[in-house]
Amino acid sequence: MSTMTMARATLAKDLRMEWRSKDAINSMLFFGLLVVVIFSFAFNPNAEESRHIAGGLIWVAFLFAAVVALNQTWARELRNQVLDAYRVSPAPANALFLAKAFGNFIFVAVLELLMAPLFIVFYNLRSVGPAWQLVVVAVLGTWALVVNGTFFAALSIRTRNREMMLPLILFPISIPALLAMVDSTTSILTGEASPDFWMKMLLVYDVVFTSVCLLLFESVLNAE
Amino acid sequence: MNLLTKLFLVLTVAALGYAAYEGLVVAPTEQTMGDVQRIFYYHVPSAWTAFLLFFSNFIASIVYLAKRNAAADAVAAATAEVGVVFCTVVLVTGPIWARPVWGIWWTWDARLTTTLVLWLIYVSYLVLRRYSVGSQTSVLAAALAIFGFVDVPIVYMTIRWFRTQHPSPVIGGGEGSGLHPSMWPPLLWNWLAFSMLAVVLVVARYRLQTMEQEVEKEHAHAALQGSPQ
Repeated sequence: MSTMTMARATLAKDLRMEWRSKDAINSMLFFGLLVVVIFSFAFNPNAEESRHIAGGLIWVAFLFAAVVALNQTWARELRNQVLDAYRVSPAPANALFLAKAFGNFIFVAVLELLMAPLFIVFYNLRSVGPAWQLVVVAVLGTWALVVNGTFFAALSIRTRNREMMLPLILFPISIPALLAMVDSTTSILTGEASPDFWMKMLLVYDVVFTSVCLLLFESVLNAE
Repeated sequence: MNLLTKLFLVLTVAALGYAAYEGLVVAPTEQTMGDVQRIFYYHVPSAWTAFLLFFSNFIASIVYLAKRNAAADAVAAATAEVGVVFCTVVLVTGPIWARPVWGIWWTWDARLTTTLVLWLIYVSYLVLRRYSVGSQTSVLAAALAIFGFVDVPIVYMTIRWFRTQHPSPVIGGGEGSGLHPSMWPPLLWNWLAFSMLAVVLVVARYRLQTMEQEVEKEHAHAALQGSPQ
């Protein structure tokens, strides 16, 4: 079976399971909502201020909420030794990785679509710069979070403190991506600076780390 | 400890002593900063040593993934741990020096921030090593080490751009441009001494790590033989 067929089958399975149970999306969404509300109490910004800090708030909220979904990526596959079965099957390891990463991308993207109106309402946001660029930043930024997040979730699931481990290893590596996401979003919202450099930076980050993930995933999956 | 190790240990102690003498007595007092500048002879050699150790960790991790060689894994564990120690020295001596000279403890400048992120990455590496179980530790740690090392140049580029957009309150303060010739010998002596100290620590840590590997292997062996099935 080719990588793409495999990946599509795994992705379809994950999406179907999520559609029926709605485990990840519900907990992520409620968690994200709580973060939005708590942030607005903590900072209590007016419309002008909120435009300057919204980039940071939005991405920190998405980052925290994404960790909730990422942690559930592999938990399901540990039960009934699904991962072991996967290891002995001739299916390419990267197909599994890509399916999981795309699955997480879809979950987090849905979360962002549902949360964006909340941010706009609670923080009275209106973009000064071209708003379509926000979509580009969201796609690149979300991929930057989930590609490494999916990989590191596979590492952390093997450790003794499972759920706790993921943010500990994901956040330090994600610092440059987070900085790029926050600054490009703020540049677009305020219209004061050009987000071009940050968007290119995100693209570089995505390309580099997607390659590293694909290069190393098989070793990690087969680690004994 | 064999004779060679003992000899190297004595040489390291001697080098550390002489380097301290060079840095504290022989080196000229800096014109504007005064005696506080002498922390430079500890700060910069620690940074160089830390970067060298992190680079060794990266190489050892690649070798481990390619060859699955237990010695490479022990080297990776040892260099990361000692590297974090030297990086901590850098992050502690930096603010002590910055406060009287720049008037602030910390600034989010490219080099400072990159060093801090580097430290965070390798601490997370040590946490992963500490909490993963069994023989898979080596593979997981090696993978994370490669991620960490690849991340460093990206961090440096983003922070440099970040800083040029938001100028930091302190202009300059770099020591790279125009070091007085008489300051080079103390600097290099200290670097030599710190590198020797790093070698001593890495070798000791490496031996400990290989012993741990042996013990783990024995445990696994005993468990396999002892279980009546």
